[in-house]
Amino acid sequence: MPSAKKKSTAKKAQAPANAEPATDFTGTPVNAKLTPDDKRGLYRTILGIRRFEERSLQAYNQGKIGGFLHLYIGQEAVAAGVVSLMEENDHIITAYRDHGHALAVGMSMNECMAEMFGKHTGCSKGKGGSMHFFAPDKNYWGGHGIVAGQTPLGAGLAFALKYKGLKGCCICFLGDGAVNQGSFMETLNLVSLWGIPVVFVIENNGYSMGTSLARSSAEANLAHRADGFDIEWDVCEGHDVFEVREYANRAMTRAREEMKPFLLEIRTYRYRGHSVADANHEKYRTKEEIEEYKKNKDPINVLKAQLLADGSLSEDEAGKINLEVKAEADAAAKFAEQSPVAPRSEIQTDVYWEVDNDPSNSLKGTYFFND
Amino acid sequence: MPLITYREAIKQALAEEIEHDENVCIMGEEVAQYNGAYKVTEGLWDKYGDKRVIDTPISEAAFSGLAIGASCLGIRPVVEMMFMSFSYVAIDQLFNNASFCRYMSGGLMNVPIVVRGPANGGTNVGATHSHTPENMVANHPGLKVVCPSNAYDVKGLMKTAIRDNDPVFVMENTLLYGEKWEVPEEEYLIELGVANILREGNDLTIVAHGRCAMSALKAADILEAQHGISVELVDLRSIRPLDENTILESVKKTGRALLVEENKPFCGVDAQISHLIQLKAFDYLDAPVHRVSAIDAPQIYAKALEDWQIPNEERIIAGALKCLA
Ligand SMILES: Cc1ncc(C[n+]2csc(CCOP(=O)(O)OP(=O)(O)O)c2C)c(N)n1
Ligand SMILES: [Mg+2]
Repeated sequence: MPSAKKKSTAKKAQAPANAEPATDFTGTPVNAKLTPDDKRGLYRTILGIRRFEERSLQAYNQGKIGGFLHLYIGQEAVAAGVVSLMEENDHIITAYRDHGHALAVGMSMNECMAEMFGKHTGCSKGKGGSMHFFAPDKNYWGGHGIVAGQTPLGAGLAFALKYKGLKGCCICFLGDGAVNQGSFMETLNLVSLWGIPVVFVIENNGYSMGTSLARSSAEANLAHRADGFDIEWDVCEGHDVFEVREYANRAMTRAREEMKPFLLEIRTYRYRGHSVADANHEKYRTKEEIEEYKKNKDPINVLKAQLLADGSLSEDEAGKINLEVKAEADAAAKFAEQSPVAPRSEIQTDVYWEVDNDPSNSLKGTYFFND
Repeated sequence: MPLITYREAIKQALAEEIEHDENVCIMGEEVAQYNGAYKVTEGLWDKYGDKRVIDTPISEAAFSGLAIGASCLGIRPVVEMMFMSFSYVAIDQLFNNASFCRYMSGGLMNVPIVVRGPANGGTNVGATHSHTPENMVANHPGLKVVCPSNAYDVKGLMKTAIRDNDPVFVMENTLLYGEKWEVPEEEYLIELGVANILREGNDLTIVAHGRCAMSALKAADILEAQHGISVELVDLRSIRPLDENTILESVKKTGRALLVEENKPFCGVDAQISHLIQLKAFDYLDAPVHRVSAIDAPQIYAKALEDWQIPNEERIIAGALKCLA
């Protein structure tokens, strides 16, 4: 006879002592310690992402940006909130909807815009494009175009921390559609089995391209999947940056302190189509649904109201920040426009580390097979 | 010089590199406590423990991707595929992430991993377990691939692969694991991109890689003894990077080329080499370039037929005689 099933120890994370489900997170310890400057910084980050993407959309419509443009508009508080908690040994990796995370870790609007324009001054010299931004110096490991393909990589970054005895975690973002990829489920098992400090953040914006959550996942509570792998999980809303910070902080602290993975589902919403090419996005969802979210849960409006209320921001300051980030985005577009495309010789650089780092030409054999 | 098996040579290379660099670790299915499905890693877990020799669940995509992610922070994982055929469920990780992360980041990243395991047919296990994907790997700029034909080469190339800062595939062969060759006790490395002339000759150049180089060596002896044909045999060792010069120099000397591989012919490694020869040694050729590859069908199970499907001495000799007809 098979032995009795081991009782799972994983569960929904315990909420702190106060019984009522909280709706105001501004006063939780991780948020109470924020200075007015910190709060204005969060506002600037969130607004900066919005204005940057609006400017990139304009450039895309003018034909200056090619390929796909997956806008993060509506979801900004998620990246800004989570990244604001990153410590020295924390790492971050995400999918192709990556502009928000990139700007939040401190990549410049110039290098990001230039990358989308395919210019030599872009963060990847124009070799990656919108979906593939990287900044290893800021612990930011991309920008990945294959749905869920980044999830084992996130596990690997966290594995390296454990291997080296460093206290940190890796935050690995994915979408609500990505949870249905086999690679992600394999990875959940592996990180739980090995005790790897990775926090998977599902940015549940309700849709994977044109497919609603209800039409793609048999169990709509995506975080519940963690139970099958003995992983602790939680769910929160993504429009309030303070709420994001509260939940992400619990997850990241636990990962760092206990060397355990965590699955955090953050409910959010994208205002635009899947990519800008998805012009029909009002066919699979209603205009009312979009307007409703914008009206009640816009992360910029919500944060602005909170900061006006607690006095850390004035209308004047808000207006000034808005003008500044708008000007920065405009300047980035100008910078991108005026930057050169990389020379053709760059097509065959950055392929092999050993070739790029062989100034004395001592490598043997042919690396590139030209006609 | 001690005679050791191909399997033992790999194990020595792994053990030496584990000792050489604290960031080297081995991971794969059954590599630790079970001692390896083909006993390549036998004794390594006993000696080096859980941190350095790691058993994984049967999740090729997850553990290859994990190895890639870990390598970004300086770990140097050696990933064993129980069969290279099983890497196909991890293709996205290997052919997108390992090969292109460096490029798409404009050179900001590199992925120092090794993916190793047997990639061969001839073992009577049917089509799903008999893949030789060195051609597919070589089709992905950013990846490197070597196909060692003997114990000396596999040890030297494995050590180089582990120290290399790019992703390297080492294609092994279960039919070679038990074969013995002389391997020196002193440490040595073999550079990537350097072919080995296994046999010198004047009438015909045979280019081969992996176990086919050994079959070609036997065929060459028969060609010499029975047909008076002097064969020069170039063992590629490394597919990408490729030692074009050694191939071209030999063909220029003999004027004839036979290309032998276990790959299926369409877009096999030798399709590229044949292009190279016609482009760069056209004026030296006295005959068309001929190929002997696996017979173009999924790998057959029946042993008697599979032994004919992959290049054997008889087929290599027939190919050579065509070159000289
Ligand atoms: C393996 C793979 N299949 C399909 C696609 C095409 N594709 C790109 S994004 C996407 C939807 C993913 O949705 P979700 O995970 O919810 O992320 P979101 O776009 O909402 O951020 C699809 C189907 C892809 N990039 N990779
Ligand atoms: Mg989605």
